[in-house]
Amino acid sequence: MQIYADNAATTKMSEAAIEAMTECIRHWWGNPSSLYTIGQKAKEKLEEAREEIAAVINASPREIIFTSGGSEADNQALLTAAINGKRQGKTHIISSAFEHHAILHTLNKLKKNGFEITLLPVHENGIVRTDELEAAIREDTCLVTIMTANNEIGTIQPIAEIGEICQKHGVLFHTDAVQAVGHLPIDVKAQQIDMLSASAHKFHGPKGVGFLYARKGIILQNLIEGGAQERGKRAGTENLPGILATAAALKEAAAHMEKNAAHMTAIRDYLIQGLSEIPHSALNGDALKRLPGNVNFSFEGIEGEGILLLLDQKGISASSGSACTSGALDPSHVLLAIGRIHDVAHGSLRLSIGEDITKEEADYIIRSVKEVVAHLRSFSPVWRDLTEGKKEFILK
Amino acid sequence: MALYSDKVMDHFLQPRNLGVIEDADGVGEVGNAKCGDIMKMYLKIDDDIITDVKFETFGCASAIASSSMATELIKGQRVEEAMQLTNKAVAEALDGLPAYKMHCSVLAEEAIRAALEDYQKKQEQA
Repeated sequence: MQIYADNAATTKMSEAAIEAMTECIRHWWGNPSSLYTIGQKAKEKLEEAREEIAAVINASPREIIFTSGGSEADNQALLTAAINGKRQGKTHIISSAFEHHAILHTLNKLKKNGFEITLLPVHENGIVRTDELEAAIREDTCLVTIMTANNEIGTIQPIAEIGEICQKHGVLFHTDAVQAVGHLPIDVKAQQIDMLSASAHKFHGPKGVGFLYARKGIILQNLIEGGAQERGKRAGTENLPGILATAAALKEAAAHMEKNAAHMTAIRDYLIQGLSEIPHSALNGDALKRLPGNVNFSFEGIEGEGILLLLDQKGISASSGSACTSGALDPSHVLLAIGRIHDVAHGSLRLSIGEDITKEEADYIIRSVKEVVAHLRSFSPVWRDLTEGKKEFILK
Repeated sequence: MALYSDKVMDHFLQPRNLGVIEDADGVGEVGNAKCGDIMKMYLKIDDDIITDVKFETFGCASAIASSSMATELIKGQRVEEAMQLTNKAVAEALDGLPAYKMHCSVLAEEAIRAALEDYQKKQEQA
């Protein structure tokens, strides 16, 4: 059995997206900036895609800037808020401890340039508290940036409430919605979002394409200078095949969102129930306020990389927050942020299922994970110490 | 290119000398759970020759493969010989390790040495 359960890393392109991309390469290869017919046809396609994408998040087309992906959109949003804020003497930014590195590393850079950063705790359930957010807002706060849903543990943040608080205090609100767009309903107006980042390959679109939504009135700062593409805010000839495929993928995802979410949530909860039977294990993040496709567990006494490689042998592709899988010395900052200590964070497993997952596949995953965990524990000196009472279990 | 050599995968999927020696003549444990690697080696030594060796490892695939390979390399060796085991020899026998995994072979070398030193200490006390 082959089961791809790493959809938070990337998704397979949908047939509609592949078709839109190849059609573009074959027929709409003109430069959208050219004034003759071939160019203008390409321009027309580009603007159609922009309209379709904007409609999905209730934005207006002019508020969408295409980028090379979620990371670029995150960088541009933060730089925009920082430069515009500094002009008004505002150099304080609020974020959370478990943001994506595209946010955290950009914040680090801003910190070195004189900005003050407050990282809100995300607590054991992996959700920021709005009272703590509101208390952190100061006179000189120029931006609040909180992700819509976490990429590792899938926890969903109270975006509409945060939007309301930011609106009340006159602070810009950006959200990295890379894991959410195409999977959760998003309404930038109702949720009072000022800026939002998205990435196409997380919703069955192509890699190397994303977009930044910036509410009308926000003057974007360029990361890439050059021609007048994207209203002068992102230079470079547009990646039209990628953009058209993005629109096709998102349209499809939005049309089936409710049905997909209901199916995936049911399988997700079935997986959580099944894996909970493994002794001394724990679900990471809130059990209910999480992405429909996200399951993330810690297993005591073992290390994550072994779990992944053994699951791969069984045809299951998954991911882990263990240090060994990334080449870093510390395990996932997300798991540490929700209070998992190193020993337990190393033994984590993330399954991010797709829309086409079946119950039989879920049964196979549960069976396989149980086997793999038992195998690795059978020769783990840590597990021996735990079971012989020489060490106390952390996960009861 | 695959993350690991075929040799590493082979020793990870079918680790040699897995387990515990209850009446071991030397036991060594190195590493810590915080860093994500712990290796424990058990030696049976008869007349200065390592007649049996078993290991338990908490860690990634290369840590498990390094322990497995290290036990194979020293089995049947004299104590003096086994003391000379280097991490480089372990890594080479595995057809190489990714640069950021070299510490796994270092840990294997240290675990073997710790077990041998434990044996020598016990000999002196006896």
